[in-house]
Amino acid sequence: MNKVRGLKEAVHHVETGATVMVGGFGLVGAPLSLIETLTDHDATNLTIISNNLGEAGKGLGMLLRQGKIKKAIGSYFTSNREVGEKYHAGGIEIQLLPQGTFSESIRAGGAGIGGFYTKTGVNTEIAKGKETREINGELYSFEEALTADVALIRAHKADKLGNLTYYKTARNFNPMMATAARFVIAEVDEIVENGSLNPEEIVTPHLYVDALVISNKILSKEGVVS
Amino acid sequence: MSADATSKERIAMRAAKEIIPGSIVNLGIGIPTLVSKFINSEDIFLHTENGLLGVKDIFEEDEIDPLIVNAGKLPVGETIGASYFDSAESFSMIRGGHIDVAILGALQVDETGCIANWAIPGQNILGVGGAMDLMAGAKKIIATTMHTNKEGQSKLVKLCTYPITSIRKIDVLITDLGVFQFKEGRCTLIELMPGVELEEVVQHTEASFEVNIKNLTNTVDEIF
Repeated sequence: MNKVRGLKEAVHHVETGATVMVGGFGLVGAPLSLIETLTDHDATNLTIISNNLGEAGKGLGMLLRQGKIKKAIGSYFTSNREVGEKYHAGGIEIQLLPQGTFSESIRAGGAGIGGFYTKTGVNTEIAKGKETREINGELYSFEEALTADVALIRAHKADKLGNLTYYKTARNFNPMMATAARFVIAEVDEIVENGSLNPEEIVTPHLYVDALVISNKILSKEGVVS
Repeated sequence: MSADATSKERIAMRAAKEIIPGSIVNLGIGIPTLVSKFINSEDIFLHTENGLLGVKDIFEEDEIDPLIVNAGKLPVGETIGASYFDSAESFSMIRGGHIDVAILGALQVDETGCIANWAIPGQNILGVGGAMDLMAGAKKIIATTMHTNKEGQSKLVKLCTYPITSIRKIDVLITDLGVFQFKEGRCTLIELMPGVELEEVVQHTEASFEVNIKNLTNTVDEIF
């Protein structure tokens, strides 16, 4: 099965109203080519599951400016000041989760687990309305798993089967997101022949990956370059 | 260096002395980030929640790799023996009790050791990051902050009026005025920072605290 796609063809899987996971810690490890291609795609009213919404006008910040994001689920939106402006004007719904709860919710979603109990944030404002339970004398609160229609992730190398390796701290949320969406598109620097990745270095096995695209964006010291 | 910057460096230097060799340490954003330059032991490893154990400060432009950053999204390097992992694994390390020390910033600390460092009342709450997970799971919590806010109000308060970060308490608070220890819900001043008099601490502190200063020799070197 050939999983290699063009960028436009790949983002066609994102439909209006869809829930979309997008990898990256800020712009590091974000699928910048896929995101930019989405700005030309007509899908709107999106629920985005991503740690941040990029930076002002960069990465997911572009989709925010276009008004295509209905709701964002993540842990740290303050790195893009336009999120605050939009939120204040009632233009976006925000669901905030502690970063560890956010990543574990995605991991659980991909692992077929409905939810989990965590000590993080229990009895604080962030856990308001969540079920609390005492386990071995300690308080925990219940968190539901997260899944999505589509995941847009960023990896380093792929083989043609869709096995993925990552690069340094650009890994972050990408491997979990690869497991938690019904359709997974991986943007990579390079696609190599099957057999040329060492099976020990593969972080995301190919069964999670539905489509591969070659990246045309690099995050350099000077910023995002094509 | 401004007086404020000097105070922050001094806080960071004192915080570094709390870290024993062999420790795995997570540094938060702000004053905690400064702590790394006062860590001398090669047997201390810095963890960053975005997926790196073995963070190294970098000083030269040509050392920058834009895809290696810390939790504050600043470029860092990797030490010998470093490892990379995904965010779920990173937070398993944090919640699972595998991080020895977390050094965090603070907006308020109350006299029982409860900390508020993620949200300001009346403002949109749009970021929480990893602070709540670190509070829930790190073995020892050190908070670092200037003793008073920009309006001159004490950050060491009777009761947090800002939303708290965790029901778990911190262990140590280091400010530009002194070092406070929290045990069994009680706050004790155990050290004064260089040149600071006890009266000054009393005057600028809203919380009740006990005083148990073992020796009047400061542990922060007078290098400033």
